[in-house]
This record gives sequence, C-alpha cells and structure tokens, in this order.
Amino acid sequence: MSELQKRQIQLEVLRYNPETDTAPRYQTYSVPCLEEWVVLDALNYIKDHLDPTLSYRWSCHMAVCGSCGMMVNGEPKLACKAFIHEYKEGQIKVEPIANFPIERDLVTSVEDFITKLASVKPYLIPKEDKPVSAGEFKQTPAELKKFKQYTLCINCMLCYAACPQYALVPEFLGPAAISMAHRYNQDSRDGGRDQRQEVIASDEGVWECSFVGACSEVCPKHVDPAGALQQVKVASTIDWYKEHLMPWMKK
Amino acid sequence: MEIIKTDVAIIGAGGAGLRAAIALAEADPKLRIALISKVYPMRSHTCAAEGGAAGVIKSDDSLDLHFNDTVGGGDWLSDQDAVEYFINEAPKELTQLEHWGCPWSREPDGSVAVRPFGGMKIKRTWFAADKSGFHILHTLFQTSLKYPSIQRFDEYYATDLLVDDGRCQGLTALEIRSGEMKQFQAGAVIIAAGGGGKMFPFTTNGNIKTGDGMALAYRAGTPLKDMEFVQYHPTGLPNNGILLTEGCRGEGGILLNKDGRRYLQDYGMGPETPVGQPVLKTMELGPRDRLSQAFWGEQQKGNTVKTPWGDCVLLDMRHLGEKKIDERLPLVRDLCISYLGKDPVKEPIPIRPVVHYMMGGIHTDIQAATRLPGLFAAGECACVSINGANRLGSNSLTELLVFGRRAALSAIAHLQSHQVPSSDAALAAKAKASQNRIQALFDKSNGTESIAGLRQEMMDTMEANVGIYRTGEGLAAACEKIAELRQRYANIALTDKTHVYNTDLMQALELGSMLDCAEAVTVGARDRKESRGAHQRLDFTARDDENLLKHSLAHYHPTEPPRIEYLDVVITKSKPGVRDYSGAKK
Ligand SMILES: Cc1cc2nc3c(=O)[nH]c(=O)nc-3n(C[C@H](O)[C@H](O)[C@H](O)COP(=O)(O)OP(=O)(O)OC[C@H]3O[C@@H](n4cnc5c(N)ncnc54)[C@H](O)[C@@H]3O)c2cc1C
Ligand code: SF4
Repeated sequence: MSELQKRQIQLEVLRYNPETDTAPRYQTYSVPCLEEWVVLDALNYIKDHLDPTLSYRWSCHMAVCGSCGMMVNGEPKLACKAFIHEYKEGQIKVEPIANFPIERDLVTSVEDFITKLASVKPYLIPKEDKPVSAGEFKQTPAELKKFKQYTLCINCMLCYAACPQYALVPEFLGPAAISMAHRYNQDSRDGGRDQRQEVIASDEGVWECSFVGACSEVCPKHVDPAGALQQVKVASTIDWYKEHLMPWMKK
Repeated sequence: MEIIKTDVAIIGAGGAGLRAAIALAEADPKLRIALISKVYPMRSHTCAAEGGAAGVIKSDDSLDLHFNDTVGGGDWLSDQDAVEYFINEAPKELTQLEHWGCPWSREPDGSVAVRPFGGMKIKRTWFAADKSGFHILHTLFQTSLKYPSIQRFDEYYATDLLVDDGRCQGLTALEIRSGEMKQFQAGAVIIAAGGGGKMFPFTTNGNIKTGDGMALAYRAGTPLKDMEFVQYHPTGLPNNGILLTEGCRGEGGILLNKDGRRYLQDYGMGPETPVGQPVLKTMELGPRDRLSQAFWGEQQKGNTVKTPWGDCVLLDMRHLGEKKIDERLPLVRDLCISYLGKDPVKEPIPIRPVVHYMMGGIHTDIQAATRLPGLFAAGECACVSINGANRLGSNSLTELLVFGRRAALSAIAHLQSHQVPSSDAALAAKAKASQNRIQALFDKSNGTESIAGLRQEMMDTMEANVGIYRTGEGLAAACEKIAELRQRYANIALTDKTHVYNTDLMQALELGSMLDCAEAVTVGARDRKESRGAHQRLDFTARDDENLLKHSLAHYHPTEPPRIEYLDVVITKSKPGVRDYSGAKK
C-alpha cells in the first residue's frame, strides 16, 4: 500500500472570547492534513500544535456522541464526519453550529434544545403496568421497525441549524424533539401519545413548518425528522377533527 | 464559592451514573440528587458501545454457565461472590431497560434476541443492532428526565473530593461554562466517571475517558485495584482505532493473516470451524486477551499484512452477505466505509488490536462501597471485581446497570446511618484548598512544559512498554518515565487565561488524572511477576496462583510511586483451572 497523502489546508475558524472580544472574528490556521482526516482531526492538530486556546466540543470521533456539530463551509456537519478529501479547494471555513448562541469559539449553548427535548416527554409511558419479574414486553420485528429509525437520533442538533422555521420562530420545538415524541408514540409498548400530542399540537411551529425537508437532508443518522413531523402533523389534524367535528367517534 | 447542598452527588452521567440516579429517585422521591458530568449525559462514552449486554434469559442458558464463563474468562481473578450477585441481577436489569423502552433487537415471536459473544458458551448477549450502548445510554438519559429530583449539573468538571472526619462529604467542581468553582456538600458521593483508555495513543476510547474518577478517589486516599489489567480489543480500524464490535465475529466474521489462513487455530483456539458457522468459545469466539495475543504472535512470525497504518490482519465478513450486515451490523459497515473507504460487504477489512477497556479501577466491595466511608463507585471506573484479569465482551454494559443501582442503594443505606456532617467551615476550608490548587494552575505564567507534549510522551511510553506483551525491563523503564512525567507536570504551561469554557485548563487537569492512573498501571504491572489474562509477561510466562491469585491495590503518594498492597481473591465455587477455548476438547 502507498504512503498516506498529505495536503496543507487553510482552516478559517470563527473565534469569539466573551471576556476580550466585542464581536466574533476569524482566524486562519495552516494545517498539514492527511487526506483521510476529518475536520475534527485538523482542529485537534491546531489545539495540540498551533493554538491551545481554541475551544470546541468533541468526544467519540465516530459520529455517535453528537458533540461536534458545527458549520463547515456553511453546512451543518459533524466535524468528525466532515472529510478533508471532500474539500478540494484547500480552504475550509469552520463556524459554530447555526441558530444557537455562541458561548466561546465553536462552543454554543445547547440548553434550548435540551429543554425542548425534555418537554415532549421522551420516555416510555407504558400502556399496561407490568412488573419486571413478569418479563419483557413482546414486540415483533415489524413493530420495532415502525419507530426504530427515530431512535437513532444522536441529539447533534444539525437539523436545528438547517431549519428555516427554527431560525424564525425560536419557540419551535424543532425537528429532533418532535421526532423523539413520534418515536415513543409509535412504540407498541407506549400509551402516552395523548400527553405528548398536547405539547406538540400547541406548538405554533409545527403548523408553520413548510416541510422543505432541510432537516432530513443534513441528518447524519438518517432519522428523517421531516417525515416524522409530517406524520405528527397529519395525526394532529385527525385529532382536531375528532375533537371538533365528530366527538362521537372519540375512543 | 457557591455551596450546593444535596443528599447524594453522582460524578458521571454515563450508563452507570444515570442508572444510579434513577435508582435513587425511585427509592425515595424526596432525596436530593446532584448528577454532575463534564459532558451532557448523552455524550458519555457509553454511547460508543456497539455489541450488547450479557444476561441470562433463554431457556438453554443458566446462571451457572454465565458464572463459569465470566470467572474463566477473567482468568480466576474475579471475586466470585461479586460475579454471582452480578449474574443474578443481570437479567432483571436488562428487562428493566426493556420496560423503559430500550429498542432491543427481537426474535420473530417478539421476545428479545440474543447474539453470541467472545468467551461465552451460550448466546446471551442482548443487543440493539450494533448500537447497544447508544440505545442504553439514551434510554437511561430520557428516562431520567421523568424524575424532577434528579438535578443535573451538565458540563461541570469534578476536581476534588471533600474528605473530612474520615468520610467523603462532597466535592468541588468547575462549572465549565463560567469557570467558577462550586462546592457540593453531600451525604454520600458516587463516582461513575468511566475509564481511562486515553492514556494510550491508539484506543477505542473517546476524548473524555481520562481516568478522572479513578484519580479523584486515588488522590483522596482510597486505593485503585488491578490497574495493570488493560484490555486490548482485537478488532480496531487501523487508522484511528474505531471499534468494530465483537458482534462482527459473533455473526460469523473470520480473522485471516496475510496468507488467508485462519491463524487462531495456531494459538490453541482451533480446530478451524466452518466459515459462517461460528462455534461458541472457539476460534473467532475466543476471549479478547487470547485473540490480541495471537495477533502479536502473527506479527512476530511476519504473517501480518503491511498497511500504511502498520501491521494488520484481516476481518472478513463478506460471506455474511449485504442483508445480514445491514440488519445486524449497520454501524460497522458505515464506519468501515466512512473512515477507511472499505466496504465489508465487498472486501476484508484490515484491523489491529486497540486499547479498549480497563479491568482495574477504584477498589470497591460487593456493595459498591470504597474504603472511604461515604464514597461509592460503579461502572468502568470501579473494580468490584467481576472482570478479573480479562473482561468478557458484553459484561460491562450490564455491570453499569447492576452496580450503578447497587451503589445507589448502598448510598441510601449510608445516609440512613445519620452521621452528622462536618461544619460548613471545615468543608469550606477543604473546598478552598481545592480552589487554590486550580487557581495556581490557572495563574501560572512561567511553565515550560506543554500539555500536548507531556501527553504524547506518556502515550508513547504506555504503547511501547505496557502493551499486549510486557517485559520487566520495559516496565521498569515505563515506571521511571511516568514518574519523571509526573514531576515535569508541575511545570506545565497554561496558555489560555479565559474563564469561560477553558478547554486548555480541562486538558491540563485530565493529563494530571491520566498520569496518576498511568503510574498505578505501570507499577502494578512491573510488580506482577506472572502472566494472567490481559497482563502477559515475556519474562514470567506462567500464571502463578500460589503467590499471585491476588488483587493489587495501589495507594497514592503525591510525589512518590504508589505503594502496592495485595488482597486475596474471593473464591467460592470455582477453583482456578485451565482456560480452554479449543473446540477440539468439547
Ligand atoms: C467503542 C466501545 C465499545 C464498547 N462496546 C461494549 C459492548 O458492546 N458491551 C459491553 O458490555 N461493553 C462495551 N464497552 C465498554 C463499555 O461501553 C464501557 O465500559 C461503559 O460504557 C462505561 O460506562 P460508564 O458509565 O462507566 O462511563 P462513561 O459512559 O464513559 O461515562 C463517564 C461519565 O463520567 C463523566 N466524567 C468523567 N470525568 C469527569 C469529571 N472529572 N467531572 C465530571 N464528570 C466526569 C463523563 O462526563 C461521563 O458522563 C465498549 C467500550 C467502547 C469504548
Ligand atoms: S434528527 Fe438527525 S440531525 Fe437532528 S439532532 Fe437527531 S441526529 Fe441530529
């Protein structure tokens, strides 16, 4: 096998230090990158060899912990899955994930997302009481398949960075939180849909979502939040009709 | 300094910490629980676990069989009373997770599916495709949101335990977002801060796995146990150490050398089994220590494949077919394609052994209690020990649950002993000392050692001398080098002087933790003059049950190497025997 290819890359990184800067600025670092590297490797090179003051989050380096979401050349990406070889020009711009307030450099505040996730009751509300001693709930592979895709969300928030609706209406619960509600609603073991629908249906954002699908496009785990949102919306509309036009059909 | 008063403080919100928090909240809704973590809970490294979690559930299995596999797999260094407790609790814990919504993979009849795993005689590994740890972590995190009494302190870095009157009564932690130090006063503290694989350069461990929890306890005077036992996983991607789960082999993947030979048969794990029909506890389903050692053997014989990333062997999964790979190992396929540019459906994947797991950790008893009253520990940072000299794959995720809960129950029992806490003034003095230590590090302007430089030297030392096979000479050199690095650490330079989100400071603290742990590993390894499980010495090749059927306990010293004490292993029903992974003898 041949030697690994190396290339000098210019990384233009957004810097912001709330204690000394009045506004964000850009700093360019020249980094000798292996072609097989990801942007995160380049950031780590900067941190270790060029500038120990650069701040960013990361942990697993395998696209599963969801820490390193950022804007890479303007697109929401996981830094650990943004491959250097895909950036032919040798210039890469790295900025913090869009639509979240910057705390410092590439670190943003994620509290809004966490609060929204918690608000949709993202846990099993069992349909029937069953003690652990009575064994597992049965669930067929087909039943599992109905919601499996929505369990894959790593909470990276790339979909929030891509969402035009969240940019306009910060109250919007957003793609990942709604997908997570949908995940539990679709689980054959769950009986909590009514409780979750209350939260979701009262969210103006759901109704405003124009279904452009930007969220699904950027999702690194193929969760398809846009699809989940659409299904939730249809279900909520049906609920509304049930409530208002055909009360006799309820339950 | 702000004071936060709580009943139980938990350091770490991975699988073990979250399980402990939920157990506390369920036991008594009035308990105040502080869940402290340097990353948001779902970023914890439990998310990276792929293969699954072991627990007896099927009718062809039995608790005794799981016991025998675990104890033999651990080369008889496991405490057998702890293993027995663990095995008994395992199925309940895994079922509990199912009740909380964990999307376990299923059999056609709707029951939970199990897969084969290395060193296990019966299929008993529950799995959620190849994202088992990820689903366990998210299920626990999301379930924890149900309990208002669990108060989270996300992105708080624990710096020191508060020990007064011979008891652990809290801790100090840095709020990373502000750089402010906080004092947590707690009736009991549980450490669940994970492993420390990052002291090695080539590892499956994430950036956060720096042994902080172990170092916290160690520095507070409670010993670390069996630190010399470091597990190499046989199948890591050669360029960056990303793990390809043992599930690859469980599903039927095979290992080949450069000549296409299934070389494991040459290392006592044969005879060769038919391709695609894995036989439990044989060939590719041998235990990790043996497989990693066989790689080393092939390397010595010149039988490895040369790659730009060094010597490799090949993991061939092509015969499993695209459908099975996509259904059972979708993440593995994605990782191989993304990070190595190779599709396991179409070609064999070059792999090499990679540092994966620490069998050692904070010495606890079967109740998850340390020797320091008021301090408990669970998960990878703890050593109960159920894993002995070599952990069997899929026992760790289960261990997080069983002993996370156990630590919670023990903490409650400790609270019920109603000991009067020390005065605020006494605790404040300890907290102040901790704050001063961090402040001094922060303020230091004349340091000459770089954090990244020292870290690199540490990692190089560990890789060169404390790997799969070790020698007395290499270990002596490593001990000397780590001692030197610990001294030079006093002279590090901190470039970043910002309070907000100062990752330079965090890296400095993490390096301190790793150096302390690395010294316990090297000294423990140097002094253990035998070969057992993951600790293999070229100068002492046999297991020595007469003298060393014992745990090592490393006691901290601020400037000197640790003092090592030995403790008898608890043997109840399985006398040390021969580890047999050859299909032939069955
Ligand atoms: C790639 C990979 C695959 C694996 N696959 C399997 C498998 O299939 N089956 C199996 O049984 N085991 C597996 N393991 C092992 C198992 O996943 C780990 O041992 C286990 O997840 C560790 O969990 P934990 O709760 O102890 O720690 P972690 O999940 O690592 O969590 C540690 C927590 O401690 C916190 N923390 C650390 N330091 C501090 C500090 N100073 N202050 C505050 N908080 C702190 C962190 O923020 C984090 O929340 C695997 C391991 C790896 C690396
Ligand atoms: S839905 Fe996709 S993009 Fe959005 S947070 Fe989850 S994994 Fe990330």
